[in-house]
Formats: sequence, structure tokens, C-alpha cells
Amino acid sequence: MFDLDRWREIFQSLNKNKLRTALSGFTIAFAILLFTLLFGVGNGLKHTFEEQFAGDSQNSIYVNSGLTTKPYKGLQSGRRIQFRNDDSKFINQEFSDKIQFFSPNIQRNMQVIYKGEQNRYTVRAVYPDYQPLESAEIIDGRFLTYLDVERKSKVVAIGKLVEKDLFGNFSALGKNLNIEGISYKVVGVFKDPGGDNDERYIYTPFSTFQGMYKPNDELDYIGMTFSPDLNVDQAIAFSNLLTKMLKEKHNVDPRDQGAIRVRNYAEGTKNVQQFMIVLNVIILFIGIGTLIAGVIGISNIMVYIVKERTKELGIRKALGATPRSIVGMIMMESIFVTAIAGYSGLMIGVFALKAIGDTLEEKYFILNPSVETYVVVGATIVLIIAGTIAGYIPAKRAASIKPIVALNDE
Amino acid sequence: MIKIEKLHKSYPIGKDSLHVLKGLDLHIKEGEFVSIMGSSGSGKSTLLNIVGLLDNHDEGNYYLNGQKIEKLDEKKAAILRNKFLGFVFQSFNLITYKTAIENVALPLYYQGMGRKERQKVAMQYLEKVGLKDRADHLPSELSGGEKQRVAVARALATNPKVVLADEPTGALDSATSASVMQLLKDINREGMTVFVITHEEDIAEQTDRIVRLKDGVIISDEKVNKKVNA
Repeated sequence: MFDLDRWREIFQSLNKNKLRTALSGFTIAFAILLFTLLFGVGNGLKHTFEEQFAGDSQNSIYVNSGLTTKPYKGLQSGRRIQFRNDDSKFINQEFSDKIQFFSPNIQRNMQVIYKGEQNRYTVRAVYPDYQPLESAEIIDGRFLTYLDVERKSKVVAIGKLVEKDLFGNFSALGKNLNIEGISYKVVGVFKDPGGDNDERYIYTPFSTFQGMYKPNDELDYIGMTFSPDLNVDQAIAFSNLLTKMLKEKHNVDPRDQGAIRVRNYAEGTKNVQQFMIVLNVIILFIGIGTLIAGVIGISNIMVYIVKERTKELGIRKALGATPRSIVGMIMMESIFVTAIAGYSGLMIGVFALKAIGDTLEEKYFILNPSVETYVVVGATIVLIIAGTIAGYIPAKRAASIKPIVALNDE
Repeated sequence: MIKIEKLHKSYPIGKDSLHVLKGLDLHIKEGEFVSIMGSSGSGKSTLLNIVGLLDNHDEGNYYLNGQKIEKLDEKKAAILRNKFLGFVFQSFNLITYKTAIENVALPLYYQGMGRKERQKVAMQYLEKVGLKDRADHLPSELSGGEKQRVAVARALATNPKVVLADEPTGALDSATSASVMQLLKDINREGMTVFVITHEEDIAEQTDRIVRLKDGVIISDEKVNKKVNA
């Protein structure tokens, strides 16, 4: 297979015909460069999109209550539905196999003071399970624990921006915050992929607030995540059943949309997934289109090259070159040029994407534009196959021309 | 060496066909120096192409080195050309991006000879045609006569049975023509069968035997009286 003499022939032919080599190489490199850039930018859009929806856990379900809008079983409309601790218990009992994380929640917008600094923040009284629900990530200290809940400890975990607002560049850990007259100790600082809003929350144990700001067993709303074993459709079925059962429990008309509201992120996820599929198809379409354009380009050039070399090929045949050696020579040239040029284009593209990085994020919503390794490898393989085909067809034709016709070609 | 019996060849021209060779009989023995004379359109180039296995004939028999030529595919033809035939063309047909020595070595490459040996053999033949010092020049840096000498060296490189020369002096002035003809005479004297096609009387007269062709038929075939000190 490896024939040094043949490679010498090929290098000589490529080297002595620099313009031709450069032109065909440029076509290929450019096509692949475009392919990589388009693909990368498309991926960048996708990343931005993904991140927009990454604020909260994709399998979150939130249950809120409100006023009834329809009379039911002799009860008037306009009645307030109040969730209580037994609702938490009820849901946990009925759906223990479908729930991953669960936390009731009491939420207040409160004045928070540390020394001279003060601001209003949303304070949420939750269970430790709330952390994965919000996708919050501890960067300093710890989150709330069940021991905190049991002891009704006056502790808080604060968002990164709360720390920045109130403590400046200093660490908040171990300091005491004054929240509407009561002192709470900061046990942890978290960041949240959801962005600025989510990093201005303050979390405190559920039991600490219940009783203090809410009558004994009342709560504001319930957050949970469904088990990752459920697919999107199963998750939607689960939340529908949950809604139905809660409405029954609270004597709410099944058609009443206001009294009990269950928001399942899976529904959004379903739309997002569909949107992503469409986006992927578009990216794929653009990518394949660019590749095809490149393949057609190289095919044209190969046809031209073979035409230009007809006489030379005739001479070679007169001197004893078999059709096979002619085909082999042209194909190896073609594959060699496509592979090298294609790979360079690819590398330039990859480095360009690296250089672009996240600079286009704010204006153009392109986050971390990049191409996956398998795409890179796949494109290279497609190129080599394309080079083979692009070389083979004209080479075959050239090899079958009678030498006398080829020799007379001027 | 070359034996032709009732050879016919015609080319399609639109719906009609042009009957170029009309039943030629020709026998060339080993070591002969033969010229085919004829005006343009007489069929002499067609004859050379068929003899040179660059084109195939329609009817009749052709024996090359005792081997009957029929139903040749391109691969077999290529191998036979490489083994038995050396070509010298009017327009030299050197590969423009290869140096003189690389051009001479090319048929040896297709013969499968190793690189070092190829270089050596090619250099020997370049020396034979007096162009040893021009070995590394490209065709564009050589004069017409030098190009044709390189072509002759290339034709000889594989040590063929027959050298076929198609108007070898057609593109040369008379002085260089004479030197190229002298070269052909020299290689013939060493035993090579040389087959020249020309329309120039004085070129033909330098060969040993002149076959005159007119309208696809041989009209005469005569030995030339050897001048004693040719």
C-alpha cells in the first residue's frame, strides 16, 4: 500500500503545480471552515437557549393555591384555599415513588440589615431539599440541614449577590443578619445558574418561619421535583393526577383553574425539546449544505484538473502507465489535498471558535460556540470520502481515454 | 518484428465513416530502419498509432514481436507499450514539470524499477544522447533539438524492441534535424528497429527502406541505396 515512489510522484505533481494545488486546497479548507463556524455558532445559540432554561431544575413542579372561581358542592366561589402541613404529608404519602425532592415553602419580602447596609430581599423558608430544586450551588459554608429544621434554628443561606450587596468584598459566613428585627446567622453562600434574581434569595429553615410569620400549620406553596425515572409524558400525567387529587381533597371544582395551580416544568421542557430538535435540524441542514457545496467545489476542480492534465496522462499511458496507476495517482492526489486542506480548515475553524469564545454572548446570544469531536471527525471522514469520489470519477474517465486522443489534446 | 496483414481502419465522422487504411500489408524485420512516407491524410499517423498500440485496428492481423495483437484492454496495451515500444513524437511530449532525467526515468518507473537504478539508467541514456550536463533542466529550459534528444533517450530507456518516431524532426530546423536523425541512425546501427514517419523526402532518404503511403494504400516499398559512409 505505501509506495514511496508513488508519493514522490504525487508530491512532485502537487508541488510543481502550486496554483492548482492552492486553489483546490483553498476551496476545501474554506468549505470546512464555513462548516465549522456555522456549526459552532449554531451550537452557541443552542447553548444560550439551554442556559436560559437551566435556571431551575428541569423536573420541577410547583403547587400554588388561590381563590376558587367556581361554586362546588354547596361551597361558594371566592373561597381561599390554604395549604397546610397535612397537604405536604398527603402528597408525600400518595406519590412517594414519583417524587425526588420535596419542600413546602413560606416566602416573604423582607428588610435585611447588616451593620450600615440594608436592602429588601425575598426570604424563603424551606426544607434542605429545596436546594436541588433551585439548582443552587453552595460556594461557601453549607446549605440548610434537617437539624436546622428540627431545631428551628435562626440560620440563613444567602445568595452570592446578597453577600456582595451587604458585605462587599468580605465573607458573610458566620456573621449575623438582622431580618426585620430578628438576628439570623449566615451559614452558607450559594450561586445559582438562574442568574441575578436567583442569587438574591435568602433561605432559612421552614420551621423557623412557620408559626412566626404563618399560623401553626399553614404554608405558602409547595415545590418538588419528579423522579428522573419518569419521562416527560409520565411526569405530566403525574402532575395532572396530583392536581386532580388536591382539588378533590380541598373540594374544588375539577374545572376550577384558580384555586389550585400546578406548574410542571416538564411541559416547558417538552416545548424546549421540540424547539431544540428544530434548531438541531436547522444546524444540521446548514452544515450538510455547506459540506455539499464544498464537495461540489472539489469535484469541479478535480474535473478541471484532469482535463488540464489529459495530455500528460496520455504521455504517461504511452510510456506504459496502466489505467489503474492513473486512477490511483489522481485519487491519491485528490484525497491527500482534501484531507490536508480539510483538516486545516477544520483546525482554523475550531481555533476561531475558541477565540470568539463568549464575546458574542451579550449582543448575539451566542454562548461558547464550539463543535463536538465527533462532528469534527465525521466531517473529516466525509471529506476524505468526498475527495475519493471527486477524484475517482474524473480519474476513471481520464484513464479510459485512448492515449492517442489524450496526446492530441492541446 | 512487426507484421501487418490486410489492415483496415476507419474513423466515424458523423453518420459516415472515413476509411483511412485500406488493407495494408507490411513486414518489418528486427534491426531495420524504415520510414513511412506520405502526405498528410495518407494514413501514416494512423498506421503508427496502430503499430504503437495507441489505437486499435478494425480488420486484419497485427503481430508485434510474434504476438498477435487483438482485443487488447488498456492494461495489456500499457504493459506491451512499456515493454516493446519507445515513442518519439513531433511535439516531444515531455512532461513539463519534470526535469530531463525525470522524464527519461518515467517509463522505468512504470516498469517498477527502483528509484536509484532508474536514475542510473536514465543518466546513461542521457549521456548517450549527449545531454548529461542538462539532466536537471526542465523541458522549458532546453532547445527543441535537446528536447527531442531527451525524448529519444526516454524512448530508449526501457530498451524496447522498436522505436516509433512520428515526424521526429517536424518541429526542428535543418541543423538539429540532422543531429536527431544521426542519433536515430546510431541507435539503429546498434541493432534497434527504428520506424520513422515523415513527409519529408530528405528525412526518408536517410533510412534504409522507404514505404510510401497514399490514400491508405502502400504504393511503393523500396530499399534505399546505402551511401557508403552514411
